[in-house]
Amino acid sequence: MTKIYDIAIVGGGIMGCASALRMAEGGMQPIVLDQGDLGQGASGANAGTLSLQIKRVRLMPYALKGHHEWEAMGEAVGFHKTGGFTLAFTEREAALLHERQTLKAEAGAPITFASDRQIREAEPGLTRKVLAASYCPEDGYANSSLTGQYFRRRLRDAGIPYRERCPVSAADPAKEGFNLTTPDGSVHARRLLLAAGAWLRPVAALLGVELPVQARINTVSVTERLPPLVSTVIGHATGLLTMKQKSNGTVLIGGGWQGRGTPQEGRGHVMAESVQPNLALAQYALPALANARILRSWTGFEANVPDFYPLAGALPGVENAFVLGCVRGGFTIGPYIGKLMGDFIMGREPQLPLFDPARSFDEETT
Amino acid sequence: MMQNTDIAVIGAGPAGANAALTAARHSLSVTLLDEQPTAGGQVWRAKSTAILDAPNTPETVAGSRLRQEIDDSLVTHIGAARIWQIERSEKGWNLYVLRQGRSEVLHARALIIATGAREFVQPAPGWTTPGVLGLAGATALFKQEMTLPGKRTIVSGTGPLVFFVASEIRRLGGEVAAIITPNSRGDWLRCLPAMVSRPDLLLRGARWIADLILGGIPIWWRHAVTRVEGQTQVASIEFRKLTADWSPTGPARRVEGDSLCLGNGLLPATEAAQLAGLWLEYSLQLGGWVPCQVADGGTDIGGLFLCGDGTGIRGAAAAEIHGRLAGLSAVQHLGADTRAERDRLRAAFHRAARFGMAMTSLGIPRPGLLRLTTDETIVCRCESLSRTDIAAEISSGAGSTNAVKSGLRAGMGPCGGKFCQTTVARMIAETEGCTEADVPPPTPRPPLRPVPVAALAGDFRYSELPIPKPAPL
Repeated sequence: MTKIYDIAIVGGGIMGCASALRMAEGGMQPIVLDQGDLGQGASGANAGTLSLQIKRVRLMPYALKGHHEWEAMGEAVGFHKTGGFTLAFTEREAALLHERQTLKAEAGAPITFASDRQIREAEPGLTRKVLAASYCPEDGYANSSLTGQYFRRRLRDAGIPYRERCPVSAADPAKEGFNLTTPDGSVHARRLLLAAGAWLRPVAALLGVELPVQARINTVSVTERLPPLVSTVIGHATGLLTMKQKSNGTVLIGGGWQGRGTPQEGRGHVMAESVQPNLALAQYALPALANARILRSWTGFEANVPDFYPLAGALPGVENAFVLGCVRGGFTIGPYIGKLMGDFIMGREPQLPLFDPARSFDEETT
Repeated sequence: MMQNTDIAVIGAGPAGANAALTAARHSLSVTLLDEQPTAGGQVWRAKSTAILDAPNTPETVAGSRLRQEIDDSLVTHIGAARIWQIERSEKGWNLYVLRQGRSEVLHARALIIATGAREFVQPAPGWTTPGVLGLAGATALFKQEMTLPGKRTIVSGTGPLVFFVASEIRRLGGEVAAIITPNSRGDWLRCLPAMVSRPDLLLRGARWIADLILGGIPIWWRHAVTRVEGQTQVASIEFRKLTADWSPTGPARRVEGDSLCLGNGLLPATEAAQLAGLWLEYSLQLGGWVPCQVADGGTDIGGLFLCGDGTGIRGAAAAEIHGRLAGLSAVQHLGADTRAERDRLRAAFHRAARFGMAMTSLGIPRPGLLRLTTDETIVCRCESLSRTDIAAEISSGAGSTNAVKSGLRAGMGPCGGKFCQTTVARMIAETEGCTEADVPPPTPRPPLRPVPVAALAGDFRYSELPIPKPAPL
């Protein structure tokens, strides 16, 4: 008699693992399958910024909850609440900053506008060219490369089986749920949760569902270890820069600069013409970076749908199948929305509403 | 300055330099790039100006001849240039080159990668003590500066390099305390049939060994260094006999010395080929993970060619011919028919490769070699991680080199994993009961070498920053 799991979760990133943990707490027997290693997709490749200043207004309640989740995970994921400044260098950026951060503050983020003096006292290493800045004391970062290690241990402790380097090549309806084909043999499950990030489109296609998922290819770079240069998380009014110095002294630089490639190819490629201005902007903001050596640049796929809101709910047209992903700010929000998804699948009312994947995407609402 | 070239060659060792020279003879513009100021690679490294009068060796003669040929040719040789990024473009390739503190772009219609090899050292207790250096690193000292590693040196490792290094130390007036090699005399005898294919090279090796024996240098066959002792400098080493699978066995012996040259064979340097888009395949005979390649230095990617030890360890003699073949393949790609020329070279390449691969076979690690790395031995130098640290991560479920790298930062330091990844992969293979061929190295990341932010930033003007559409609110 083959084992039938209550649910198979395809995709062992933050959201898939958080859902699995929630459902196991609720008494279900999940299994997690990942085509690579746990937490090695966007969960492990992003810059680790936990900033309310770059979250969408409507997602702010989710982001606030997400921050609490990361704080609770604490040292094991390299969590640090440092506060964060978002900088504007031109009048246009200052206006943009004011307009957007005001709306985010109204949505519940404790964002204020910082004076020159406040910035200089907090961050003497920053350039004097800052024209305006906002500040949020809740901001900080976690170490995204620890995501896999952390959730591997959590799954083990919870007795949840997981299989790494185990891509699902077919998903067929069976008498009781689904029969998944993997290199390690068939996996049988009553329900299915697709949480495969930028790979959601091909995974959903196995069930004949077309999801309008696309991916941004975000670039992140890291320096060698440096003496203390900056103590908070630094952002830019346009979103073109995120920067923080981690406790080991390395400075992590991102900002959504685009690489090249597709999730289907397996990995994205860093593009010099994209990473160079990213680093130039970092040096502009923090001049002492000039002599720091860059050790590595890499890309991660950030999945989205046309309206840039999450897919979180029932997979349209397939009974007992669910989908979770495409969350803008997914690193921050992932651990929380994963719990909501677990509750939803278990038939409980989620604390905050989910985002129906069956909605119309015709209208791009930006 | 650098802008467009028909063919760009990365690496000016025997393979890359010969690829460049061959291609340039077909009236194509060729740019040859190397990190070193002068051509020759590691094996034919140029003497520094301070020692120009020093006696010549076969390496300096071959290197000087090669440098002269490059000077006399139409090849544009750019030394002291570091490639930090390789990108494919519609018209060919874009190479991002760091030179004199600035980043420049070179556009090439075809690219030949000849990045050579690097040394593998199996970590043993104390291997990070000052006074320990790689066998290959020691040869660089001899060739460029005629400097000795110390006054009294222990030389240990596999293959012919251990004898070459010992013989050079003696030629330069140093003392060799002992030679310790995991290979047995029988291992060498088994290589004889292949070595006969290049009697010139065979004779040279025989002379080294004869010289060492006549000099009364103790040679400990089928032994390995199991511990390096000394606080601020090597004082002595412990060594033990090895079983057939190279596990240390029997009582430890000790020999005193102030320096140790240590190496366990060469590994192909594949990062540039990976960055250019090639996948790796495992070949024990070629020294481990090598880029996927087809005949005559070709690849499945149009306009991309490879040659030399970076494609598999076949040695300098084979690399020269492989370079010519790859140069001709690149010329063919750009329109001229070079098939007849390549046909004439292939037999010589296989002969030289046969010899080189026999030498490589002497360095193929056996499972017991991993036991030299005891629990407390540092495996990752950049992050000071011991074998115990890494074993704990693997047993907690990190089943790939990427997972170990993410969890522990082994491979995230300045060396980019060049020192630790082979050992990490072999530890994973041992734990999971599979072979090294099942444990690929971690995903390669640019830059190929650490690059200062200022060099990448260049002449940045804030007003030129491309401001995208604001993110959805």
